[in-house]
Amino acid sequence: MVIKKSIGRRCFEVMNVLFMLFMMVITIYPFYYCITCSLSDSTQLIGARGLMLFPKGFSWAAYRAVIANPNIFSGYRNTILLVVVGTCLNLLFTSVAAFLLTRRGFALRKPLALFMIFTMYFSGGMIPGYLLINNYLNLGDSLWALILPGLISTYNMLIMRTNFEGIPTAITEAATIDGANDILILFRIILPLSIPTIAVMALFYGVGHWNSWFNAMLYIETRNKYPLQLILREILLLNSMESMMGDTSASDKFIMGESIKYATILVATIPVLFVYPFIQKYFVKGIMIGAVK
Amino acid sequence: MKNVIVAAAENSARCVINNGFGQKIQKQFSRYKYLYLMAIPVILYYLIFCYLPMGGIVIAFKQYEIAKGIFASEWVGLKFFKEFFSGIYFWRIFKNTLLISFYDLLFSFPITIGFALLLNEIKAMRFKKIVQSVTYLPHFISMVVLCGMIVDFFGKDGVLTRFFMAFGGENVNYLGYAQYFRPLYIGTNIWQSVGWGSIIYLAALAGVDQELYEAAVVDGAGYLKQLWHITLPGIAQTIIVMLILRIGQLVSVGYEKIILLYNSGTFETADVISSYVYRMGLAHARYSFSTAVGLFQSVINLILLIAANTFSKRFSETSLF
Repeated sequence: MVIKKSIGRRCFEVMNVLFMLFMMVITIYPFYYCITCSLSDSTQLIGARGLMLFPKGFSWAAYRAVIANPNIFSGYRNTILLVVVGTCLNLLFTSVAAFLLTRRGFALRKPLALFMIFTMYFSGGMIPGYLLINNYLNLGDSLWALILPGLISTYNMLIMRTNFEGIPTAITEAATIDGANDILILFRIILPLSIPTIAVMALFYGVGHWNSWFNAMLYIETRNKYPLQLILREILLLNSMESMMGDTSASDKFIMGESIKYATILVATIPVLFVYPFIQKYFVKGIMIGAVK
Repeated sequence: MKNVIVAAAENSARCVINNGFGQKIQKQFSRYKYLYLMAIPVILYYLIFCYLPMGGIVIAFKQYEIAKGIFASEWVGLKFFKEFFSGIYFWRIFKNTLLISFYDLLFSFPITIGFALLLNEIKAMRFKKIVQSVTYLPHFISMVVLCGMIVDFFGKDGVLTRFFMAFGGENVNYLGYAQYFRPLYIGTNIWQSVGWGSIIYLAALAGVDQELYEAAVVDGAGYLKQLWHITLPGIAQTIIVMLILRIGQLVSVGYEKIILLYNSGTFETADVISSYVYRMGLAHARYSFSTAVGLFQSVINLILLIAANTFSKRFSETSLF
């Protein structure tokens, strides 16, 4: 059956496509603008700063300055360490917690679920958490202060639980009869069957660590332990260009500063943009499952 | 004699019960010993990092001094709450928090749903996928980078400032003026979250029974009627759940973006409860006072969440818990 579309409907469809194109443009343009500025020649950038389509002049100088910067380098190193160690521990703890809530017959299943979910709706708040970590656990200035407090995101844990519950019990029962214990069942059966969800969780946790700056600002004192985002904050928001450029003159600093800012933004964002397309296809699956319950 | 027998019988009966219960526990432990083992680190995590800070809330009612520790610090009752409620900043931060939150809800919430509905009308799957991938992207940009871009674009001579100049705007640093803070904050929020926020509605839309639309077409219902009678009821439950969650956050505005964007010139409209807690607690080390302020916020949020949930349960049979 072919239904002829009315003129109004056709107009709507064309407008809708145009609207979506507009949405894409306003989403992408800020990044594109950063790219063009970062590749521009700094002296020319000062004069003309409207909506640009192409770089003014062309120069890699900003990127060279960013890459040569020791703070950016140490920031990168610290952040990568945080992302790798943090995400692995997050995944381990989150999947164990989710698994506990899926085992029927386990007496603690329901009390444990309540125990965890309650923390989603009420928390001690910023100050007691800070005092605990800094004054009582003495985790100040260490990587653990950035990893341990957020070890399990209860929300992510619930998404994972829903995913685990979707795995047919026949499989796990068969394994139990064959003599597999619960640890084996989790690591050999449940986790390998949940790769898409784990990929999404890894992205959520990983990007969370990559982007985090507030806890680092609270707990990390030594400069060479700063993660990338703290260095970025200095460069972008506290305007301490001095940290960027060694012994250039004041006016050079000002001129160089402009394109360096944009180059820094990109250098800090590119890794996320790079990983994103690979995991993006799992999004709807991962989130939809969590949303249903 | 009789008594002895009865006592013995009672005793043995008790033993049987005890044994039954004991055996059950034993069985539970031996059968699930690995689960109990795995539960230990998880329980420890929640106890230490979630429940201990909740216990730490007591310092809101004490004059906490680091040297004395929590237990030895003096009780002061509601002193800090009184100080907060009668302080000159109470109304300012309370009003700012509510206004930012409310305007954000008022604009972001329907825009996100509208975007999902429009995107759902795109029938070219490849194009739809591309739009989705692109619009999800800002969600993954760090707050520091986002705020860095905002400060740059809306600053004096910034790219968007220049753009607004074409429509009669002034060439000023928009972040320096209190009256522009809310629109800036909410507008950039929408930019960052509209795509990502739409996922959940798109998932709900995908779950609407397609046969309903075919039946509606046969009955002669136009697109608007289909939207009103099929699509919206189909995603109503999702909308309600999201709304309950959002209402439960009504008196909290995330501090990260505020702290990165505000300055003493914009405190008047920008300072919210959480940023105030941060400033008082961590910059001025007034631990007890700021814990009290934070507790005030959590309690109101909890009350709002429960109220919204109860309301929704009664009127739409949809609820979180």
